[in-house]
Amino acid sequence: MLKISSSPHINSSVTTQSLMRDVLIALTPAMLVALMMFGINALRVILTSVAACVMFEYLITHYLLKAKNTTTDLSAVITGVLLGFNLPSSMPSWMIIVGAFVSIGIAKMAFGGLGKNIFNPALAGRVFLFISFPVQMTQWPKPDFLNFLNTDIVTSATTLGILKQIDVSSSASIKASQVSLTELPNYWQMLLGDTGGSLGEVSALALFIGLLYMLWRRVITWHIPFYYVATFFMLTAITWFNTDNVHFEPVTNLLSGGLLLGAFFMATDYVTSPMTRQGQIIFAVGCGILTYIIRFYSAYPEGVSFAILIMNAFVPLIDKFTPQRVYGRKRK
Amino acid sequence: MCNKKTFPLGGLHLNKQKISALSPIQDAGIPPLVYIPVKQHIGTPAQIIVAPGDKVKIGTLLAKANGALSANIHASVAGEVKKIEEIQGEKGYFEQVITIQTSADEYEAEIDTSPDINSNIPQDVEEIRQKITAAGLVGMGGAGFPTPIKTTIPENKSVQYLIINGIECEPYLTADGALMLEKPEQIVIGAKLLNKVLGIQNAIIAIDENKPQAIAKITQVTKRYVGVNVAVCKSKYPQGGEKQLITAITGREVPAGKLPIDAGCVVQNVATTYAVYEAVMKNKPLYERIVTVSGDPSLTTAGNYLTRIGTPAEYLLDKAHTNKSQIGKLLFGGPMMGVSAVSLQAPITKKTGGLVVIDTASSLRQDETCCIRCGKCAEVCPMGLMPFAIASNLRRNNTAPLKALHVADCIECGACSYICPAKVPLVDYCKLGKYEVNKQK
Amino acid sequence: MTDTFWLNILIVGGIALCAAIMLYITAKKFSIQTDAKESQIDEVLPQANCGGCGFIGCKDFAKACAQSTAKSFSALYCPVGAAEVMQKVADILGYSTPKRKDTCAVLRCNGTCQAAPKKIEYDGLKNCRVANLTMIGEAECPDGCLRFGDCVKVCQFGALSINPQTGLPTVDANKCTSCGACANICPRHLLEIRPIDHNQQIFVACNNKQKGALARKNCQNACIACKKCASICAAIKVEQNLAYIPTTVSPQEFGTKLQENCPTGAIIYKSQVKREKTNV
Repeated sequence: MLKISSSPHINSSVTTQSLMRDVLIALTPAMLVALMMFGINALRVILTSVAACVMFEYLITHYLLKAKNTTTDLSAVITGVLLGFNLPSSMPSWMIIVGAFVSIGIAKMAFGGLGKNIFNPALAGRVFLFISFPVQMTQWPKPDFLNFLNTDIVTSATTLGILKQIDVSSSASIKASQVSLTELPNYWQMLLGDTGGSLGEVSALALFIGLLYMLWRRVITWHIPFYYVATFFMLTAITWFNTDNVHFEPVTNLLSGGLLLGAFFMATDYVTSPMTRQGQIIFAVGCGILTYIIRFYSAYPEGVSFAILIMNAFVPLIDKFTPQRVYGRKRK
Repeated sequence: MCNKKTFPLGGLHLNKQKISALSPIQDAGIPPLVYIPVKQHIGTPAQIIVAPGDKVKIGTLLAKANGALSANIHASVAGEVKKIEEIQGEKGYFEQVITIQTSADEYEAEIDTSPDINSNIPQDVEEIRQKITAAGLVGMGGAGFPTPIKTTIPENKSVQYLIINGIECEPYLTADGALMLEKPEQIVIGAKLLNKVLGIQNAIIAIDENKPQAIAKITQVTKRYVGVNVAVCKSKYPQGGEKQLITAITGREVPAGKLPIDAGCVVQNVATTYAVYEAVMKNKPLYERIVTVSGDPSLTTAGNYLTRIGTPAEYLLDKAHTNKSQIGKLLFGGPMMGVSAVSLQAPITKKTGGLVVIDTASSLRQDETCCIRCGKCAEVCPMGLMPFAIASNLRRNNTAPLKALHVADCIECGACSYICPAKVPLVDYCKLGKYEVNKQK
Repeated sequence: MTDTFWLNILIVGGIALCAAIMLYITAKKFSIQTDAKESQIDEVLPQANCGGCGFIGCKDFAKACAQSTAKSFSALYCPVGAAEVMQKVADILGYSTPKRKDTCAVLRCNGTCQAAPKKIEYDGLKNCRVANLTMIGEAECPDGCLRFGDCVKVCQFGALSINPQTGLPTVDANKCTSCGACANICPRHLLEIRPIDHNQQIFVACNNKQKGALARKNCQNACIACKKCASICAAIKVEQNLAYIPTTVSPQEFGTKLQENCPTGAIIYKSQVKREKTNV
């Protein structure tokens, strides 16, 4: 029997699953760094998070929506990994499960599942945990290189935490700031991941490797990561030159905190970023400005998750006002 | 040659699969019966002037152009008109055909069958135009737009560019490439003839970079003919689209809803250009063309065949030793824009550049999953449309915003459906959108 | 303590008062002048906004009614609300109700999976309009039902469903409001709104305009234009190889006879069209 369909009659081999698999591969270097730095606890956090996310998605599609199982598209796995990456290694397991429920159940499935959610699920889960359990979410275990079974938690401050302190103290006492300054990690430590922080954000180098892989596989284009990071870098650099306050030192700010993780892996989430090139640039610049404002002019030391979530809310509006230029027509 | 031209909006890179790129043109021979459709072009069907029982020779006029937007139809074989009947075309709809029982080749007296190349371009423009009209020429790239209309410039318009489209951006198809390899001089003379008709000094033959042999051959010939140049284009899909090619070569854009002439351009396919040469210099009406038979190598031996118009597809498939039982899809045209045929008996027309066979397993579409808003469809769309928005509106049966989404500008190139990771049949939705917009009018 | 209490009352109350004043002003300033009759009519309409009356929605229809004269009112009709609603509208306006025949949609194709088996497999978007642009149809009938159910999807009243046995859409006459959405969307114009005469309907369930032999080759139930029906009832016309029974032919009188004499079964006679809500 001849098969009939409308053209085209061939398809590319890229599927939703293969794209998600590529993102997971891109996340692997950062995951390895997390394991090396935080040992068995990192493994526990990531596995709990992934398992809980996949489980919630399966339970909801199967029992609540009675729809086809969608866990095979691997998007829930990515949400799980990203949620885990955004948590400190000392996070209690039950809290991770609560976070996974918020990510998958509320931020994703309640909106209709993959492709229909407005907010990045992993970030929504992280922010929920951050507001609900501020103590646990701000205890950063000190990295302990290649000591896998070490479960004694020695907490340390994150780079951004130290910077925030300097900012507060700079006017009060210069001495205090000098003490803090010595605690700041050097660039090499930040590149390789020998600093306190969430699991996935510590090593800038691992995240760069992941970004290059995604660009090479054409999973994403360079626009969102570049414009996000560049906007933030420019703003901090300008303020740094003007105020000469070490608090604004741009390279440290760039390499620390969740900026690179957010810019490379979460702002580029297909579902919650604009569709057209122009829209993506507006979105990324907006993320950069908001991150700058929250980091330096609010009570929080870190602003990446809030910045991306706020810009997520603007995506439908951005999409509406940034259509592509149609061939043979003048732009209105 | 380092300065390769391309269009700026969208596009993608395809696996070209040009299996028969260097195969010589073979004669497909004469099938026992040919079925010549009276409508092989855009416009009104030609008016039949023969009756069953009439003896015809190759080149005998079978049906006369009916009005301006129509074309003459000639006999492609010698023999006897058996029937005037309705048979299934490639989409399965019944079309009127003239069925001829074939006998040994016998040509109409005025046709010059010698292989010599005639380069004495006639001085009288009207004579050339008349011969093009009489020969029943239509655009052989797939659209089937009658050539005489394209070569007649409306009064208030002017033409600056003549582009000869030698780009085959569809995978598998090699008919135009083979023609350029074997008949480069004829094509160049054809381009000169079109120059003369249009009253301009220069013609540009656009060839894509993955045909280095054709580029070399044509470039060599153009050295001997003033006023014909070669432009090398990037091998990007859909570079061969009329609008994309115009933008690549001239930097101009055809205004939405208008014709290339509104941008001062005329685009002719190389096969049409060759047919112009034959019609004017050899008095040969359009009764045969090069057809690529290609596809899955396990199913067929790819090749380029000089085929008489009206040959049933099945005859040509047999010539190429095709395993017919394993065919899942038979495509008239390439895999990106071709029509999947309902019947193996459908005849080859002036528009058919190739037959592509796809095996049963790979001809079924993959399951559609939900859109992940990746925006790849908008990224590759050479017209700058947003297929995802068109599809999501139509899925909700919301036809109001379609006009504002310019769905009518879609050229149905298939790039969006091809790239979609969720396998949403976006072109199907665009076709539906066009249908709905037309209905609203 | 009491001070704060009263202060709170004052502040909240003040805000409420300001908001109320603002709302009042905006409501006055931006109010749309509506005809009293128009809104009255709008209230009795079914609010399906189906477009069956020929207007964009119920509101537009109400406007047209309110502006109509006694004469032009007879041309306006809401197929969904039918006689009951039209009576109410007429009462509001003080006009007399137009008399309409009871109608419902019928499918003018009987190319079931059994009578017209699949010869090719369609693998594109399961949508009649796209399929019609792409190919002749799986049963290779150029005028027959494509069986992908665009009419089912467009019906707001749940009156259409695909019968899994035949593959064809069937009309539930009881739910059908004759809004015409199905007839409008079908790319082959196979759905027709036909009158119900004494709970009965008769029609030719075929739209194939090919010659008899060709039509029959692809579908056992095709009309072959044998003209037997025309010899029984003179009103029946056979044109382009296809018989058509005009709506004036009485099913009571000719129904059984026509159905029994049709050699292919293209004529469908429904002797018991169920209908709870009637127009007559």
